[in-house]
Amino acid sequence: MKTLKLLIGLTSLLVVSAFAFAGFGDFANGYDLGDTVSDFKLQDVSGKQVSLSDFPDAKGIIVVFTCNTCPFALANEARILALDQKYKSKGFPVLAINPNSPELKAGEDFEAMQARAAAQGYTFPYLYDESHTVYSQFGATKTPHIYLLNREENELVVRYIGAIDDSVRDAETVTKRFVEQAVESLLNDEAVEPAITKAIGCSIKA
Amino acid sequence: MNKGLLVFMVGILSLGCKSSTGSVVEPLKIVDQEGYKLAVYDFDHFQQLLEVEEAGTVRVVNFWATWCEPCIKELPAFETLYADYKTKKVEVILVSLDFPDQVESKLIPFIKNQDFKMPVVFLDDPYTNEWIPKVSPSWSGALPATVIISEDSYKFYERSLDYATLEAAVLAVKDNF
Repeated sequence: MKTLKLLIGLTSLLVVSAFAFAGFGDFANGYDLGDTVSDFKLQDVSGKQVSLSDFPDAKGIIVVFTCNTCPFALANEARILALDQKYKSKGFPVLAINPNSPELKAGEDFEAMQARAAAQGYTFPYLYDESHTVYSQFGATKTPHIYLLNREENELVVRYIGAIDDSVRDAETVTKRFVEQAVESLLNDEAVEPAITKAIGCSIKA
Repeated sequence: MNKGLLVFMVGILSLGCKSSTGSVVEPLKIVDQEGYKLAVYDFDHFQQLLEVEEAGTVRVVNFWATWCEPCIKELPAFETLYADYKTKKVEVILVSLDFPDQVESKLIPFIKNQDFKMPVVFLDDPYTNEWIPKVSPSWSGALPATVIISEDSYKFYERSLDYATLEAAVLAVKDNF
């Protein structure tokens, strides 16, 4: 156990130094398009531990970094539910992860996550990235931030990074549904385009 | 003339003469709440403010929102920078990315309450994937974010800045003291 703690400590030190060397505003760490995702295990609001390996039959996974309090995340909530509804049955379930630290941001604790998931009727896991390792592994910088993973030769490969659509803050003015387009492309064995999109979000508090 | 209007006019005036086309950068519209005037831009109009043509001038553009806690925390540093350097050709512009339906209920009351002297504009453009890369290709979209622009440099920061860092970053690109 001590060794593990030491290892975790050393790893965080390395990550911190990596950021320091990367310089201002450079968040190039994390997954790029085409990278294979390593598995992780996080606690779901149901109390269960959830891993990517718990979805052996999925053609891919829509990983959404989101949270309880960011207005942009909340503005996307109904659209994320709709994505899960539409694509879980087609092999692309949603997996939501909250990377925020409740010590730094009130309302982000596990109990509040459970309450939000219950009140809004989440149909997908809502995982608590308590050690803040998974969001940094992905390189997520904000909520909401979406990574679409595609299963290729039994590995999960990043095929889209970015926003749910072209009007994150307002569902009424959406003209392009980026994640839907990307999933449809993958279902049709086509290249995803655009594969990276940008949207305003709340910086991750961790 | 009330202070809000004065700040706004000074802002527009100083911005206008330095736009790339040489013309005044016209806002899309102006929201007037009990005498407080807030200029509203879409990105096409706003974009001209990301260019500085006059040597010796530095423009600091900070993207923020009232819902963004780390943004609120760093705003006093920008106000101090504005106060310390406004006579030395350093311009500070706050660009709010608040929700359009909260401009009158949250944004303007916040600005009035803080009594900011630095100009604030509202960027109302939902198509972020079109304009975020034009601010900086490296910007993921997280707030706060700041650009420091001079005639020959353009520095982008996707993080919080304290006063010392901000001042040092401005002085690093300003060579006419």
